[in-house]
Amino acid sequence: MANIKCPKCSKEIETWGVVTVCPDCGADLRDQVAEAERITVQRAAEIVHDESATTHEFIVRTRGLTKVYKMGEVEVPALRGVDLDVRRGEYLSIMGPSGSGKSTLFNMIGGLDKPTSGSCFIDEVDLAQLTAFELAWLRCRKLGYIFQTFNLIPVMTALENVTLPMIFAGMGTDEMMERGRMLLELVGLGDRLNHKPFELSGGQQQRVAVARALANSPSIILADEPTGNLDLTTGKEIIALLKELNVGGGVTVISATHDLKMIDVSDRIVHIRDGALERIEHRHEIDLEVGRLGDEEASG
Amino acid sequence: MMINVRELAKRAVETRTEERLGEQIALPWSAAFVISMRNVTIRLGRAAITASGIVLGIAFLSYIWTAKLSEDVIERDMARRARLTQIQIQSQESELVIPGQEEAEEEAQARNARQMWLVVMSLLVCAVGISNSMLMSVTERFREIGTMKCLGALDIFIVRLFLIESIVLGVLGSLVGAFIGHVGGLLMYAWKGGWDLPAKLDWPAMIFYLVLSILIGTFIAFVAAILPAKRAAQMPAAAALRSEI
Ligand SMILES: Nc1ncnc2c1ncn2[C@@H]1O[C@H](COP(=O)(O)OP(=O)(O)OP(=O)(O)O)[C@@H](O)[C@H]1O
Ligand SMILES: [Mg+2]
Repeated sequence: MANIKCPKCSKEIETWGVVTVCPDCGADLRDQVAEAERITVQRAAEIVHDESATTHEFIVRTRGLTKVYKMGEVEVPALRGVDLDVRRGEYLSIMGPSGSGKSTLFNMIGGLDKPTSGSCFIDEVDLAQLTAFELAWLRCRKLGYIFQTFNLIPVMTALENVTLPMIFAGMGTDEMMERGRMLLELVGLGDRLNHKPFELSGGQQQRVAVARALANSPSIILADEPTGNLDLTTGKEIIALLKELNVGGGVTVISATHDLKMIDVSDRIVHIRDGALERIEHRHEIDLEVGRLGDEEASG
Repeated sequence: MMINVRELAKRAVETRTEERLGEQIALPWSAAFVISMRNVTIRLGRAAITASGIVLGIAFLSYIWTAKLSEDVIERDMARRARLTQIQIQSQESELVIPGQEEAEEEAQARNARQMWLVVMSLLVCAVGISNSMLMSVTERFREIGTMKCLGALDIFIVRLFLIESIVLGVLGSLVGAFIGHVGGLLMYAWKGGWDLPAKLDWPAMIFYLVLSILIGTFIAFVAAILPAKRAAQMPAAAALRSEI
């Protein structure tokens, strides 16, 4: 979280960039916000001791990524040559109309599916070169996934869901329980440890899913339409949570989304259409549109 | 939102586990067992249907064995009684022939063979039933399996989970089935041939058959789960994103 000071009236403001003008004197704060955020992200990157942080600026890189789905005789091109670089500690949103290939790109970056051609690197490691074991290792420890449909294991309690990736990672029982409890407390579900998914609301389930994604301290959180099945308020909560993790914990967040609320928090927005990058927007370019978005939210 | 970001960041760093954890990916048997048991107990209805095939097959098998042991007792009784009468009439007749004994034995053997054949068939049918029922549950649980893979599960973990689940069902189903078959058979024969029958039974053989039927039931459940477990393991991690089957 960034604390900024209004250059005109010296008011202290706590924000991530949702606020762009001083609420007291109306001064333009965009430069201050950008600077504060740069510092926070830098600090987060420092404290996580990620050694590769200094060596590789980009945590994810894709080169000429294509994917063609074969449906019998018909070939459906879902991605047509995507070159994308994601910076460490960045909050990146992938936007585009339905069927544009967001989930397909998510699959490729997450090592869930193999591209037809081209390659995807995580920390400069080519995913195509990894064995099944190494891929599982990567999914377990480097990546955290969040899904539109929450995907909690229905027969397990919230705590068990959160600790499952830790079991896979070979953590001891006591440490696992403690960390699971801590993570659930951090997402505001400290009193729901032993609830089964069906006893939780959609928003609560998604928060459990966020806690689970953090189980083994991933470097990247991948979220495919995390707010797609949530109402406005709970969606906002999840977005805020992801942003907090991004800024406070230094986690890189890559999120495929339709949700315009995501624009507020994203460092960059990648627009994709028909499987190709259409344009990439930086946050300071879109701040001007925030007012318009506020109107849309109010009406939606 | 009631989250303190600074605290979160601090704790996330404090508990950063990458260095402390080994490089392994593991699912200990104990944990796998707990998860599988959960799957059995929560989907009790489905589990009961899956296990019912085993229950019936093993009940039939146990019944046949109990029947065989009971008939042995009854036969021994009859033979002893026949011998007693023989001794009484031995003074008059020198040759010892129990009329129709050989044919009766042959007939009993043929009946046993027929029944064993039926048992084998019914066990085969129950194996197919279990396989089918588990294949359905694999299809139903596509998202769960995909999610586990996203969380870092190896194929072998998924296989393990499904095999344990099936073996648990096999053990429980054959316990129930063996109980029904043995007790039912005993009651039937005791009713027919006298209530002192259990006392005269060859109990070591009975217990041997009990254990054997449970082993057979468990083995069948295990074999029947191999194909579904393989299918489950082949489920791609990307299935976690699919919205419908
Ligand atoms: N498993 C698949 N088999 C065949 N075609 C597929 C498969 N998955 C995706 N596609 C096709 O690839 C294209 C891109 O799909 P994708 O799911 O990536 O879109 P999306 O941007 O995530 O859409 P949405 O916003 O609706 O989730 C679509 O034309 C889709 O029909
Ligand atoms: Mg999608």
